[in-house]
Formats: sequence, C-alpha cells, structure tokens
Amino acid sequence: MEQESLARSIAQHPLVAGMSDEHVDFLSGCVRNARLDEGQFLFREGQRADELYLIRSGKLALEIHDGARGTIVAETVGGGDALGWSTLFPPYRWELDARGVHFAHLFAIDGACLRAKLEADHDFGYAFTRRLLNEVHSRLQRARLQALDVYRARP
Amino acid sequence: MTVSSAPDPMLPEPLRIARAKRETHGVFTFELDVSARGGFPFLPGQFNMLYPFGAGESAISISSDPHQPDRLEHTIRAVGAVTRAIERLGRGDVVGVRGPFGSAWPIREAEGRDLVVIAGGIGLAPLRPVVYHALRRREAFGKVALLYGTRTPDDILYRKEIERWRGRLDVEVEVTVDTAGSDWRGNTGVVTKLISRAAFDPGRAFAMICGPEIMMRFCARELERLGVSLDRIWITMERNMRCGTGLCGHCQFGPSFVCKDGPVYRYDRVQDLLLVREV
Ligand SMILES: Cc1cc2nc3c(=O)[nH]c(=O)nc-3n(C[C@H](O)[C@H](O)[C@H](O)COP(=O)(O)OP(=O)(O)OC[C@H]3O[C@@H](n4cnc5c(N)ncnc54)[C@H](O)[C@@H]3O)c2cc1C
Ligand code: FES
Repeated sequence: MEQESLARSIAQHPLVAGMSDEHVDFLSGCVRNARLDEGQFLFREGQRADELYLIRSGKLALEIHDGARGTIVAETVGGGDALGWSTLFPPYRWELDARGVHFAHLFAIDGACLRAKLEADHDFGYAFTRRLLNEVHSRLQRARLQALDVYRARP
Repeated sequence: MTVSSAPDPMLPEPLRIARAKRETHGVFTFELDVSARGGFPFLPGQFNMLYPFGAGESAISISSDPHQPDRLEHTIRAVGAVTRAIERLGRGDVVGVRGPFGSAWPIREAEGRDLVVIAGGIGLAPLRPVVYHALRRREAFGKVALLYGTRTPDDILYRKEIERWRGRLDVEVEVTVDTAGSDWRGNTGVVTKLISRAAFDPGRAFAMICGPEIMMRFCARELERLGVSLDRIWITMERNMRCGTGLCGHCQFGPSFVCKDGPVYRYDRVQDLLLVREV
C-alpha cells in the first residue's frame, strides 16, 4: 500500500513522468523519501555516491571548493530536477558538494538497486537511460552557455 | 512659403540630465528632463541616439515606462569612448538626443496570451518598458513571467524594482546568475534553465528576449523545444549605428537595417541570418 502511494508520487516527477506504470512500480522498489534541511549537506565531494535523487521541492546548491577562490556554486537545483548521476558510473564518487539552500523534499533512489534493475530489465533500462540522456543533454547545453560567460563586458 | 515644423531626425536635441543613478558596476541610469518639450512618447523597444557633445553618438534603448512619457530614462553600460563620456556626465549636464527610432516589441499582438519576458545582463533595460506595460495592463495578458539571467549577484540590474515585482502575486519573476559564492541564496545557472521551470502555456505564449546573441539563440531553442512556435518569439539585434534613420547603411543586417526594421525582430525572420558569419 505504502509502496503503491510512493510509486504514484514518484510518477509525478518530470524525470519519471510518462513512464509506464509497470516501470514506475519496478523503480519504486529502490526508492525512499528523504528530506534535507537548510545548510545540511546531502553529499560531499569524494564521498561514495550510492543514491540518485529526484528533487520534489526546495533548493540545493551544487558547490565546488577551490582553495584560492573559496566555495563556488556551480548550479542550484530545485523541484523537478534530478541529481546524482555519479551513482551510476564507477568509481561511484561525488564530484561536488550538494548543500540545502531551502528545506527540500527528495526521493532517494538506491544506486546498487537501480543499477541491478537497469541490467535486469533492458526495456526499463532503455526508458530510464533515454530520460537520463535527455537530462544530460540539457545540462551539457547549460554548462556550455555558462562557460561562455556571455554577459562579460567585451574588452 | 511654408516651413516644415517636423524636427530634423539628424539634429540632436539638447536635454538636461535630471537624475543620475548608479545601478551596478559600470552601469548607470539617466533620467532626462523632457518637461519643456511636453514629454517624450515612445514605444517599448525603441532607442535613442545619445550624443555626449564632442564624443560621438551611441544607440541606447529607452528603459522607462511608456505610460509615463514625462520621464525618459536610459540605462547604459560604459564599454568604450562614447558610453564612458556619457558616464562622466552628471545631474544638470546636457546630452544630445535623437529619436525615438526603430521597431517596438509586439505588446498589442501579445495581448490575451501568456507573456514570457527573458532578459540577459544589460538586456533587461530594453525590456523594462514591456514589464511596466504588462504590469499596468495586467488584465490584458494571461500569465506573465520575467526570467532574468546575469553574471553575478552584484550585476543584478534594477534590483529593488525586481524585488518589488517579485512580491506581486500575479507575475512570476525569477532571477539567476552564472556565478556566485555560497552566500547567494538565489538561483545559480543559466537563464535557459528558468524557461523550462516557468509556468506558461507554450501553445499560447509570446516570448520577448533581449541579451547577448548567443544567449538569445539558446533561449529561442529552449522555447522551441517546449513547443513555442517561432513566430511568437521576438528578439533584438544590435549593430553599430550612425544615422539611425535608415539612410547610411551602417547597421545593415542581411537585407534589413537594424535602426529602421529593427532592433526588435520576429525570430523566425532572422534566425538564419543569426547563423551567417559576418552579416
Ligand atoms: C538598438 C540598440 C540599442 C542599444 N541599447 C543599449 C542600452 O540600452 N544600453 C547600453 O549600454 N548599450 C546599448 N546598446 C549598445 C551601445 O550602443 C554600445 O555599447 C555603444 O554604442 C558602444 O559605444 P562606445 O563608443 O562606448 O564603445 P566602442 O568604442 O564602440 O566599443 C568599445 C568596446 O565595447 C565593445 N562593445 C561595443 N558595443 C557593445 C555591446 N553592445 N555590448 C558589449 N560590448 C560592446 C566593443 O566591441 C569594443 O570592444 C544598444 C545598441 C543598439 C544597436
Ligand atoms: S544607422 Fe544608418 S542606416 Fe541604420
């Protein structure tokens, strides 16, 4: 019963929306609800990445620390975003810090469980990977635009 | 014999600076005194040629409220000889003004639709008249969203005003910066990210974008991806100007002159030109 309502709420998240009920049920076996307080770290660079997160509400800052420049916010993410692709690829380590900016509700997907399901059911694997690819494509476009520093005054 | 009383568009009209305000580093706003001429009517998106005497002219968009023609404002970023000469002026100084010139944002056509205003950096200045208009005629539009991206939190233009607009319940106002330290509690990331999160109906939205060309192209593609048809996306073009009246050919952009046919263009009419090198 609880699992069923969890599946229904996961299905609302943009990364999952449109997936078949069967696939959403299958995925929901790896999911738990999570929350993150303001100022709390969800994960820190270098730690083992063992969960992927779908953000339901709130805001998190993805930060990189540089000795000389201090902490730099690479991007903020919020409701509707997904976070934590490092969970899917070796060496399964976080590449930056994620810190709560506003109190956040998340779905946490267990990395090992998800990887096993992606392997076990290739139809599910394809549906999930396509979404992942779309997300990565958008993020790549954004990263390009950000790197171009378009608002800088031309010399 | 009759003498035409229409002002010569090539003759700068001297106007006194009534108020000067520093907005951000290198960006300032001047209000010009237009009381003696009975106001300065213009359409949102139009620009003036500003002439700090002896230093050449620059095209600068009008950034004030089109419903308040008694207040004429320009917001300027000092980048070179002319804009730096303007920056050195202050209250009581005189600047030469020719205009208003150019095409306007399609605010009438957008009525009855969702309005998405997307600005990057100093590109908020030419769109501020649209925001003023939409807020005054709020009932004429569906949803209204202002999505603004700039470089750092210190570069946010019209900050107090944006905070006031954000406080309204009938507009969505989102700001993001490209880079920030951890003390910034707002959004970090590019303005395209705000587009996919904003609440508007792509099937009925009108989008108006102003900012660096690359930023406008990325935004137009994001809007297209969401289903906004290209003939409902409008952008502005910048080219070096001289006469401002379509005579000298200095501002040629493909088959058109930016000073006369632009600076506001419908995206589908210029998208190919945007990709041609050296147009
Ligand atoms: C229709 C139109 C509306 C405009 N509206 C505004 C406005 O509201 N506010 C405003 O500040 N500017 C605006 N501009 C741009 C402004 O006209 C130029 O920045 C100005 O003419 C530059 O003149 P300058 O002599 O100061 O600099 P220049 O000596 O001509 O240029 C100095 C340096 O600045 C660079 N530069 C020139 N123009 C720009 C630019 N637009 N952006 C970034 N770098 C530039 C040049 O490449 C050069 O390296 C507008 C331009 C057009 C065509
Ligand atoms: S500036 Fe002379 S034609 Fe446009």
